[in-house]
Amino acid sequence: MQQTWTLTKRELRAYFDGPSAYVVLSVFLAITGWFFGNALFLHNVASLRSVFNIAPFIFLFFVPALTMAAFAEERRSGTLELLLTFPIRDWQVIAGKFLAVAIFLLIAIGLTGFYALTLAFLGDLDLGATVGGYVGLFLLGTTYASIGIWASSLTRNQVVAFILGFAIIFALYLLDKVTDFLPGSLGVVMQYLGADYHFQNLLRGVIDTRDLLYYVSVMAFSFLMTIYTLGKRPE
Amino acid sequence: MGAYRDLLRCSAPFLRNHGYAMIEVRDLTKTYGTERAVDGISFSIRQGEVVGFLGPNGAGKSTTMRVLTGYLPATEGTVLVDGMVVPEEPLAIRERIGYLPESTPLYRDMVTYDYLAFVAAMRRVPVEERTSRITRITHACGLGTVLGKRIDALSKGFRQRVGLAQAMIHDPPILILDEPTSGLDPNQIVEIRDLIKELGEKKTVVLSTHILPEVQASCDRVLIIHQGKLVADGSPRDLQASFVGDARIRYTVLAPGADAAAVVSQHLDVQILGQSFTEGGETTLTLTAAGNRDIRADLFSLAVDQNWTLTGLQVDTANLEDVFRQLTA
Repeated sequence: MQQTWTLTKRELRAYFDGPSAYVVLSVFLAITGWFFGNALFLHNVASLRSVFNIAPFIFLFFVPALTMAAFAEERRSGTLELLLTFPIRDWQVIAGKFLAVAIFLLIAIGLTGFYALTLAFLGDLDLGATVGGYVGLFLLGTTYASIGIWASSLTRNQVVAFILGFAIIFALYLLDKVTDFLPGSLGVVMQYLGADYHFQNLLRGVIDTRDLLYYVSVMAFSFLMTIYTLGKRPE
Repeated sequence: MGAYRDLLRCSAPFLRNHGYAMIEVRDLTKTYGTERAVDGISFSIRQGEVVGFLGPNGAGKSTTMRVLTGYLPATEGTVLVDGMVVPEEPLAIRERIGYLPESTPLYRDMVTYDYLAFVAAMRRVPVEERTSRITRITHACGLGTVLGKRIDALSKGFRQRVGLAQAMIHDPPILILDEPTSGLDPNQIVEIRDLIKELGEKKTVVLSTHILPEVQASCDRVLIIHQGKLVADGSPRDLQASFVGDARIRYTVLAPGADAAAVVSQHLDVQILGQSFTEGGETTLTLTAAGNRDIRADLFSLAVDQNWTLTGLQVDTANLEDVFRQLTA
């Protein structure tokens, strides 16, 4: 487990040593801040709703950008062979990478806590919806991340990894939005499979195990697929 | 240290028969789709041996090494490292192996010291020993001046040293080095070769190369691999002897008015393969001695007895290059 943490630290350092982490964080805060400020000052709505509405959309681009290098770059530069011949299990390598993205997301989401604090000072913060929203945002982000990491394990090209990750995540995001065109029973299934549907549930301030189970299942599935892909060691 | 190495060399035949097999490969086959990269290779490497995998590019050297390190699973066959079956105990085996993959992949965005510290942690060097191990390996590999530099700022020779340092940071009994000197200039090649010799003193070393002088300079034993098959296995010297046959002697004399070829074959037990003459009256004979004896002294005495002037005497020992060409052409 110690090795997993060593790997996580290396990954985080790689993010923060370069400019990418700061660019990504700035853009994320600028966009969410703009929506938050708009709602607050222009429309006099003291709510994080606008932030929670736009964040999943930003994550569509933001998360695959964070994960695209995870394995694709290791494969391209040959370091994957080094990494996978250390005395460590493949799943620990994946866990280390995943943990690094999860911590990065925690930092990004945590920084939007300033919006919540501002609202708390102004007096009117819906605690349930806020906690639900933050939990949902984190789960949504980490679920996207697990998919992005899988996409990254499939190729040696970061751009391909980004597009692939984005495509899968976008499909998952859209699923519950096409139910209008589908017959009833199929629509329900599609709705359950939609990532945003569960996020909207959490936003209501009710943390339901069905929603948690959905995110955990998608993460577990992506994780297993990544183990399988790495296990094949294709060149 | 050199004495120890000589001892190892002398005892190599003994070890081969009685020593402990550090690496045991039986009928290893590895296929990529329909292509057979490695096709039924078997060999056994004793503790302390320095073995060179030799073969043209794409012969299956890297693939074999990747199976040894547990990076790739074997399609068929068994691989034992230090008595353990490779896919069964991947972690214990990897702890005993120091591996330098082909083309020396490194995390180039890292500073050398941080990189070595990272690898030490990943290779499960106990926390309290890490600093001293890094210090020792830094000294051994001559990395002192570049510890604070980013790896992508280093020269190729230094990057190769960092690659060797990471492979040896946990002091493994087995070193697997895939083309450790490729792409280096001649001076760097000698440096890295010496480094491998020095650091691999008490280790079982497997290295691959397609450069022939490399194996002759560093290895006790050569495995020649061609199209996924093992085509030769032995010490560089044995291979030369068994595959190329007797040494050819080129004997040049000034022998006015005499039939040098007739005289030589009359006095010595040799086979004359050819003769040529120069305008200055020189005769050059190409010959082999019966039983491949060393007849240089006899040839000299003969020239003296016959009152010839000896102007050239050269023994062409066929080298590993000929063996290699013969086997892989």
